[in-house]
Amino acid sequence: MVEPQLHRVTLPNGLRVVLAPDSEGSATTGRAPVVGVSVHYDVGFRSEPEGRTGFAHLFEHLMFQGSESLEKLAHFRHVQGSGGTFNGSTHQDYTDYYQVLPSAALERALFLEADRMRAPKITEENLRNQVDVVKEEIRLNVLNRPYGGFPWILLPPVLYSTFANAHNGYGDFTDLEQATVDDCAAFFDTYYAPGNAVLTVAGDIDVERTTELVHKHFGDVPAREVGARPSFAEPFPSSELRGHHADPHAPLPAVALGYRLPDPVGELDAYLANVVLAAILTDGDASRLQQRMIHQDSLVVDVHAGCGLMGAPLDARDPDTFTLTAIHTPEVGVGRVLSAVDEELDRLATDGPTDEELSRVTARWSAGLYREHDRVVSRTLDLGSAELLHGRAELVSELPRRVEQVSAENVSAAAKALRPDARAVLELEPASDASAGGAA
Amino acid sequence: MTRATHRSAEEIGRTEPGPRPLPPLGEPRAGQPSVAVDTVLDNGLRVIAARHGVVPMVELRLRIPFAGDDPMHPARAEVLAETLLTGTARRDRVQVDKDLATVGGDLHAGVDPERLSLSGDSLASGLGTLLDVLADALTGATYADHEVEGERDRLVERIAVARSQPRVIAREELQRHRYGDHPFVREVPEAEDVAKVTAEEVRALHRESVLPRGSVLVLVGDIDPDQAVAEVARRLSGWQADASAKEIPALPEVRGGDVRLVHRPGAVQSQLRFSAQALPRTDPRYPALQIANLAFGGYFSSRLVENIREDKGYTYGAHSSFEFTRDNGTLLVDADTASEVTAAALLETRYEFGRLALVPPTETEVESARQYAIGGLLTSTSSQSGLASMLVVLGSFGLGQDWLAAHPQRLREVTVDQVAEAAALFAPTAFTGVVVGDAEKLSDQLRALGGVVLP
Repeated sequence: MVEPQLHRVTLPNGLRVVLAPDSEGSATTGRAPVVGVSVHYDVGFRSEPEGRTGFAHLFEHLMFQGSESLEKLAHFRHVQGSGGTFNGSTHQDYTDYYQVLPSAALERALFLEADRMRAPKITEENLRNQVDVVKEEIRLNVLNRPYGGFPWILLPPVLYSTFANAHNGYGDFTDLEQATVDDCAAFFDTYYAPGNAVLTVAGDIDVERTTELVHKHFGDVPAREVGARPSFAEPFPSSELRGHHADPHAPLPAVALGYRLPDPVGELDAYLANVVLAAILTDGDASRLQQRMIHQDSLVVDVHAGCGLMGAPLDARDPDTFTLTAIHTPEVGVGRVLSAVDEELDRLATDGPTDEELSRVTARWSAGLYREHDRVVSRTLDLGSAELLHGRAELVSELPRRVEQVSAENVSAAAKALRPDARAVLELEPASDASAGGAA
Repeated sequence: MTRATHRSAEEIGRTEPGPRPLPPLGEPRAGQPSVAVDTVLDNGLRVIAARHGVVPMVELRLRIPFAGDDPMHPARAEVLAETLLTGTARRDRVQVDKDLATVGGDLHAGVDPERLSLSGDSLASGLGTLLDVLADALTGATYADHEVEGERDRLVERIAVARSQPRVIAREELQRHRYGDHPFVREVPEAEDVAKVTAEEVRALHRESVLPRGSVLVLVGDIDPDQAVAEVARRLSGWQADASAKEIPALPEVRGGDVRLVHRPGAVQSQLRFSAQALPRTDPRYPALQIANLAFGGYFSSRLVENIREDKGYTYGAHSSFEFTRDNGTLLVDADTASEVTAAALLETRYEFGRLALVPPTETEVESARQYAIGGLLTSTSSQSGLASMLVVLGSFGLGQDWLAAHPQRLREVTVDQVAEAAALFAPTAFTGVVVGDAEKLSDQLRALGGVVLP
């Protein structure tokens, strides 16, 4: 496989641009003329001020609601009417917007992204409407659903002590309702400057022509000052932290463990050792915790370990979270679940993984990345977030090699660092009165 | 809130040069079509292999028709799917996982009332291993007593978790409401049935029903299609049977009628689910109906989404989609809404049903939906996994790559009049459905609205 040759441009207004054309010359069939276009803004829900939880995500919704050139609804109609798809998502440290379209619609996609970067139309009517839509999104994904928000909303307030790291990134209804149009204006001017964004274009593109189009559409978005990014660092826990959550819909208890990870940017290799560790613990029937906790001791119905709060590694800057979640039966107390985890971590810390375990994880990881990046939307978004968070979109293609270099000693060290006295334990308990509410 | 001085929202939304024109679309570019082989092996298995894309991977999809009349069938089928890959004479469950991992591979089994499905992938260089594990399971799965018992106990718990999900509850209620006790409704088995399943019953079900004749295997990736088919024929040569895999009986027609309210105590949101009879994918009117469906609620730029989400804020998402079974197709419309606005959302949805049938999509609406359908087909099949999933779905209806390749042209030929004709299928009287929510909060409003059977 030929890896995409990356091209970079930085516009005078500060916008960073990454171009990743499909590789030429691979003698194969089944290539589709499709492009991915994304814009990553360097602001996520960790930057929300107190009293405005959920604001970054609410603002993401407003960026689809019209601009100087386009009426409300026009953005959706132009993308989809060109044969394309779109979406956006809000993470701890960034917010992304993306489109995937037939390559004939490339210029249109660039126009649409530039237009809302330049002059989005933020109105009271659209704000109130999208507050309602976001509340429905939260009802759907959190309030009306068993295990809703578990663990990404529920674990941070146990593990972290600062507002930035601990608060609910989906937002409290009262905070969402109090958001004003002026809050939106301030947020846009502070964080949505071209100098605070990365534009990524991947797929069936010609580099020279695409560069021209980028200049044509984004070149006159005025530069604005970009403030220094704050640090969200906070000390590691000095004891085990405990939390409880009553879930009115869940039929079975569950537990989430949260541990602090090495800095994903500054200590990347130590971080990747944790990615490998997570796979050795729970990826596949041969993994240690699946064998032990599901098949041997029948402690849990389901167990999953991974780096990152939002379900994927390398998705945030420091501080980041190693999470382990398990759904178990009431007869199996949380103590037995924790003991099994601690014992397996101890064994890995003392004896390390086998060479066979390491090679299995490496093969699956590389294959998983190939597969993921075969989809133009994933390729585009990963390049954009790597450029934004690490300053190096190249990281995306280097990862398989770096994961392969993780040694047994590295994994042992990672396992040793996941200590019971420096973690968060969130117990989710079914609130029995309403949990009988199936289809009555 | 974020810094002392910033522009007002009005200033932000205005530039000196003013609004700008939307650039036109460029010339559509042709891709390089996949090279594919579509053939039936001696054992009756249809194999579709396609060389597609550039990543050094291969995607595998296998669908085996897997219907059964016995009331215990759904429970046995579910346990079979959970234990199919837990051991053979040559490999135990851990060895299966280890062998797959060595080639960067994965393989999973799942079952529904129509089919047993196996999905997997691996490095293209590991196709031999992937097929070997597959063949080993198809011809030699042992269903060891301890594996069956372990999975059975876990399934009982997982069924409880599944049935606590509002969307699962709503789907079961809709299925029963529109199809009564047809086997098609039995998507999630009863926990007490699962608890009774024995290893011997699962082995018997495998012998009777895991059959190549009538099944479809799809391979898509960095492969030579001819060599891949030859490799499948060699590796699966031991998978033999004279009988054909069992298709589900035809579904009765969906008839319009009252919506049924289902009580879910403590719910803060309701699931609205509607269905009407549509057309099979092979019907000549299908491309026009596909466009009518998009215009109704099949994508974001549709009447229903623009009404109940973007105008009224009643829902996060509203969708209208097709459900195809062999020789049949139905429409499914869904939205989840806060209890307070459930009745209003039902009213608006009915209004949009009527409007589509009586005020058919305009030329602009048709063009937008047409482009979306054509572009969506292009992007969704541009990845190996997307193409493999599409081909196995088509394959199980007797269609293939040629149907897929010709479909954009079918969409291009659809006229506005044909869309108007197809839109008549959206008449409000054609729909039935369920609302799942807290009846204490919903009953008064729904009673006032009418057309709802209260609990």
